Order: sequence, then structure tokens, then C-alpha cells
Amino acid sequence: MARVVLVGNLAQVTGGVAEFTLSVTSVRHLFRQLSDLHPEIAPHLEEGVAVAIDGQIYQDAMFQEIGPNSEVFLLPQIAGG
Amino acid sequence: MAETTNGTNGHSYVGTRTIRPDGVDKVTGRARFGADYNLAGQLIGRVLRSPHPHAKIVSIDTSKAEALPGVKAVITRDDFADMPSEFIPAGEMMMNYKDVTRNVMAREKALYEGHAVAAVAATSAVIAKKALKLIDVKYEVLPHVIDVVEAMQPGAPILHDDLFTVGVEPKPDKPSNVAKRVEIAQGDIEAGFKQADVIVEREFKTAPVHQGYIEPHAVLATISEDGSAEVWVSTQGHYIVRAHCARLLGLDIGRIRVNAAEIGGGFGGKTVVYLEPLALALSRKAKRPVKMVMSREEVFKASGPTSGAVIKVKMGATKDGKFVAGWAELKYQAGAFQGSPVQPGVMCAYAPYEIEHVKVVGYDVVSNRPKVAAYRAPGAPISEYAVESVVDEIAKKLGIDPIQLRMMNAAHEGTKAAYGPKFGPLGLEETLNSIKKTEHWNTPLRKWQGRGVASGFWFNIGGETCASLTVNEDGTVSLMAGTPDIGGLRASLAAVAADELGVPYDKVRPIIGDTGSLGFNFLTGGSRSAFSGSMAIVEAAKQIKTELCNRAAKLWDLRADQVEFSGGHVRALGAAAEKCAPMSLADFAKVAGKTGGPIGGVGRINAQGAGPSLGTHLVDLEVDPETGRVTILRYTVAQDAGKALHPAYVEGQFQGGAVQGIGWALNEEYIYGADGKLQNAGFLDYRMPVASDVPKIDAIVVEVANPKHPYGVRGVGETPIVPPLGAIANAMENATGIRFTELPMSPPRVLKALKEKGLNKKD
Repeated sequence: MARVVLVGNLAQVTGGVAEFTLSVTSVRHLFRQLSDLHPEIAPHLEEGVAVAIDGQIYQDAMFQEIGPNSEVFLLPQIAGG
Repeated sequence: MAETTNGTNGHSYVGTRTIRPDGVDKVTGRARFGADYNLAGQLIGRVLRSPHPHAKIVSIDTSKAEALPGVKAVITRDDFADMPSEFIPAGEMMMNYKDVTRNVMAREKALYEGHAVAAVAATSAVIAKKALKLIDVKYEVLPHVIDVVEAMQPGAPILHDDLFTVGVEPKPDKPSNVAKRVEIAQGDIEAGFKQADVIVEREFKTAPVHQGYIEPHAVLATISEDGSAEVWVSTQGHYIVRAHCARLLGLDIGRIRVNAAEIGGGFGGKTVVYLEPLALALSRKAKRPVKMVMSREEVFKASGPTSGAVIKVKMGATKDGKFVAGWAELKYQAGAFQGSPVQPGVMCAYAPYEIEHVKVVGYDVVSNRPKVAAYRAPGAPISEYAVESVVDEIAKKLGIDPIQLRMMNAAHEGTKAAYGPKFGPLGLEETLNSIKKTEHWNTPLRKWQGRGVASGFWFNIGGETCASLTVNEDGTVSLMAGTPDIGGLRASLAAVAADELGVPYDKVRPIIGDTGSLGFNFLTGGSRSAFSGSMAIVEAAKQIKTELCNRAAKLWDLRADQVEFSGGHVRALGAAAEKCAPMSLADFAKVAGKTGGPIGGVGRINAQGAGPSLGTHLVDLEVDPETGRVTILRYTVAQDAGKALHPAYVEGQFQGGAVQGIGWALNEEYIYGADGKLQNAGFLDYRMPVASDVPKIDAIVVEVANPKHPYGVRGVGETPIVPPLGAIANAMENATGIRFTELPMSPPRVLKALKEKGLNKKD
């Protein structure tokens, strides 16, 4: 089971729940499960979040694999100048 | 098939100081920047801008302007469709087009002095200017607010009636200038402070500063009768320009072709659109090409800058120097529309350090200023300046060397970042060690001289990127990238291509393709273009090598696994090697048509795996106590580049960031009068550093390889602007004994502080 942590304001749309233990295999799978659990989070995931899987940050990578024991953080998207 | 990437005869161009492909054109004046493009029959476009910082636009009468001979088109808010307030995709970015359309052309209200209200296209600049004076705009002037703290107060003039603070509970029922509250937290901040033996708490203030690119915004646009459009523009992202213009003008993306001109600096400020949709709208109306170039005054009043801010920082450490708690509150100006870089400011504030208990809160605040745009490492210099100042104070209180204290707390591989995930390999400790070993660090100083050190962090990003390699008939290689070259992209990618294909560097000609030539490319920003572009080139080269091996196998009647690509040649393996002479790229080019057609490859990727870059800066300065003037005496930058594809360009990024940071720290600021109007919209009054203001900046390239990149590359463009603010403030404290908590540390401010301490005399 992957440990999933919502960073920043995202937990406000899950009623304050910031940490999940989920059986997910990809970012797409993770987003689906989170949206099923908390439909209010879906538009935020759609707008774009960065996903750190075992320390590596991915952006717009729906098919990125998530391991069974991965540590996953959902972060605000990062851009730059 | 096997392949190696040794370059020609084992020589590698990556990591060497190859000749810049764009160098000759730039030093001879042949290079064409945004304003250098012209078309037959083009019109000149000019913008009418609001003289008021905040006013309702009651009416706009353009009839007299339209009647002026030579005027071919006039546009106002009525020429742009309104957009709903929702974030929608545009060129792979999420944008709120309600704000974008209002920023390029005011609708209900003018929200800052310089806000575009109308635009004219005429046969000459003189006529266009006359026409602007004939446009009758009736305003109802409203109270304005400039300062970020005042804008947050109850009773402040409200800019947007439909802006309700996001991120607070309960959800507010009244509009506010605070667009958003953001927060990151880990551990237990109160428990952390209880563990601390020393706590330092300070409030800081920074001024908004402009990106200060030498080349003003410039565009040439034309729309033909069939609706096909072409644009030449100074931009960091021509695909983004295309996406914005398509959305704002209701055009199909595929109908617009955008060409990125050579660019005279962007630094984040050319990642958005200002003139481009106006030029296209004017061209559509006039049915002629339209050229628009901002004046420097317009650049200051209507583009950029980055946020000014008020920052509170509280840090706690144990007596042996371990950071145990870090708290901060950031209030960032967004300008007239929401979207300051407070989120990355929050995330970066404590990123360089390993701290168990962290809480950072940020506020995104609108006020009657131009909408902020990205500026190198958006948001990070502000928050990290405040933290680095406090880190230095803690070092003094504990009697610990400031480099040693940073070393003791430096983030490293496995550190849990303040914003959540664990870091991979990082180079902060290496940069601190490099600085400590310099002769600079160990040179004594005189009275009124001070030395400061500070570190800085930026994430870096990857993103969607395309690049192509085409083998020409004579074996030379054409390289096409889709991100504008601002800091050495062409040289860096050409070196990678030469190494990958085993051809001499000067046989690779790199160009920047237009939006019709390659698939979507995200913009040049976030320190991503060399990182992502080189990954795309590796992919394109891989396709070529595979194709060459397949063709060679057929030519030699061998299986694919009996040939390999190495040293720039396809070679037969085993016994066949004696009978089959190795074939170079040029050899294949001669028989390309007979063996299957032209040879090439296209890398189309969404680059992941960007590694953060950390740096440490060291500065010596001298304060003149009689004038408050500060002179930078010596400056050294050490930063982790992962792998420097082209060391000279990497060093240039370090030096450029340091110089911009020097300006931010010492002189640059937007000065507003009580009337809400900008008083220093020009380089005479907005004091940026010039060559004579700065010494030679020593650059130390640290290379802690990024394991997620084939060459180990990390982006380098953003980080160098992060540490200078803190390093200079720390040096000022060492020179004067005064902790300066407000930027810029300009002569009047420094002199005032010295006078208050009775220090304003040489002795």
C-alpha cells in the first residue's frame, strides 16, 4: 500500500484528511481513487498538481507507476521563470 | 544493436566551451530580435493606457480616432470576448482567462496605471500617437491601494467584487484583496520552538523589482483573409503565445504560426502575453500586418515585475547549532490580478535545510499595480532572503561560523524537504565546501567592509519538449529545438547531438523552429530548456542510430544484432567486421535515398526527473558611511549544475543571476506616489546594476550528477538569483553592525540607518 500525503491546501477539500494509505499502481489510478473518496478534490487534481513519488517530482505524468510501498506527496504544480 | 555515446573518436563536446552558434550573428548585428522584423505594408500599433491606478471605465469613444487619415484599426474591450472565471488549459498550462483577457485589455475597470484601454494601428507611429489622443475614455476614478499590507486591511479598496479568499475556513462571504492563503507544515512547530535554545524573529520587506530585460516587448503579427495568422515575437515560449492568442481571439491553434525571435532577455517576464493578442486583433481588423513595440516606460508600467513582499520569519536552534523549528508568514503582492509566486515562496523558504518542525503561511494579495510575472526562481529569492538573514543571526548568537552552521543543517540526499518529499542527491554541502576553500573566504577585510554568505534552492522542472535531428545530404546535421534560446540552448544541444551521433560539433547546425515545425513545447523557464531539450535530443539521436544500424544490417546481409553504432560509425561485429567497412553518418547520407529515404529523428517527451539545484554565494562589499553607497568588491558563486553541458554558459547563468540579485538587494524598487502612479518608469530612475557597478564574478561549477538525466544535468538558470539578497544583507550587517530588514539597501536607506546609529562618519 502506498502512503499518500496531501501537501498544502489540498487537505481542505478532503475535510482535513491529509494522509491516505492506498493500493494504487499509477498516478492516474491514484487520482481516480482520491476522486472517488473525495469528489471535491477532482477539479483540483484536474487543474494540475505535482506528484512526488519516492522523492522524485513528476508533473503531468498520468501513467507514472507507483510502487506498492511508495511514499507519494501531492504538491502544488511548479513552474519557474 | 548496441550503441555508445562517445562522440567522434572518443572526443566529447559535452562539458567543453564550444563556440556559440549564435555568437557571430549577435556580435555583428545580424541577429534579428523582436523589433527587427518587418513586413511589406505593415502598420504601427500603439496602446492607450490608463492614467489612473483604479477607475471604472464608463465609456470609450473611438470615432474621432477612427476618422483620422492613416488610422486603419482601433480596438477596445469590445474586440475581445469575455471569458468565464475558470482555470482552463491553454498550451498545457492552466490559466484563468477571465483575468488574462482583462489584463491585455481593460474591461469594466482600469486596475493600474498603464493598464491597456485601447489600441490603434496606423500607417505611421506619429499618426498612431495622434489617434490615441483622439480616443475619449470616460473614467470614474476609484480609491486605489498600492501597499500589500494596506490591501489586506478591512476597508481597503476592493479590486474585484468576485474575489473571495481561497484557503480559509469558514469560506468568506465578502470579497477581499487576499486571493489565497496557502500553507505548508510538518512536525509540530510549537514543540520545535520549545526545543530551541536560541530563537530569532524578524520582519522583512522587499520591493517589487522588474526583470529588466534589455529588449522591450516586441511583436509583428499578420492575419490573412483566410484566417491564417503568423507572428514574430520576443518571447520565452512561442507555443504559449500561440495558445494564449488562439484562446483570446477565438482562433484554432493550428491556424497560428509563431516564430520566436532572438531574445534580449526574459528572466520570466516574457512567459505571458501583452501586445501579441492586440497586434493580431488589430491585424484582423485592418487586414494588414501590425508591428508593436513597447517603450521602456510601458515595460515598467504594464509588464512584469515580480512581487514586493512583507515577510515574518521565526527560527529556533539548539545551542550546538541544530535548526529545530522554522516558521514564516509571507505576504506577496500579485499586482492587479491574483497569481503571485507566494506558493513557491512558501515551499522554498526552508528547502535548503533539514528541519523537523516547519510551518510557512503565505498570502496572495492583489493591489493596483501591474500584474506580476515570473522572475527567475519566482518567489524564492524573497522568502529565502528572509530566512538566510535569520540563519546568519543565529550563527552570530551561537558563535558558529556561518558556513559551518549551514553545513550542519544542510539538506542532503534523504532529507525530508520542508514541503514533503525526500530529496535525491543534492549539492548544497559541496557548494558550501567549495566556498569555504576559496581564497576569497580567507582574505582579510578592512573597516567598513563586510563579507556575507547565503545559500539558495530552486526545484527545477522538465515538461513537454520536442527536438529534431535531420541528417543532411552531406552528412551534416540540422538540429531543431522548440524552446527559445535564452542562455545557451543551441550550443548545449549541439554538443549533445555531436556526441550522440559522433560528428564534429561544427557539423551540427542548431536552430529554433517555429510552432508549425515541431510538436508542443512548454516555454523556456523553470531552468528546463537545456535539461529537457538534451533529453529530447538523446531520444532523437537514438532513433537515428537505430535506423542506421537497421540499414547497415540490410546492406551487409547481417542481422540487426550483428551491428553496432560506436564512435560515430555503424560497425559490423565479429567476423563480419573484416568484410564490412564501418559507415559514418556521411556515408549513410550518400545512400540515404537508396536505402529508405531521408534519415532523422524526433524526440517528443514530457521530461521528468528534474533535480533541484542549490547554490551558495559569497560577497564582499564596502559601505561609504558619508553617502550610504555600497560597492560590491568581490563576489563568488558556487552552484550545483549536475553536469555543465557548456561550462561558459553555466557560469554566465551564475554571474547573471548574481548581478540581478545585487540590483534587487541594493537599488531596484518601484516607487509610487500617493496618487498611485509609478514615479520611476525608466532606467535613469530605476537603478539596475551596470557593468561598472559589479566586479568580475567568480563562478565555481559544482557537479553532483542528477541520476535521472542521461548526462546528469540539472537546470541552472533560476537558483543564482536566490542567494544574493541574503548574502548582501549579511555582508551589510558585518560591515555596519546593522541588520537591514528592508530592500533595497539603497544609499538613502543605508545613510538613514547609519545616522540613527551615529555611524555616518569616516574615521
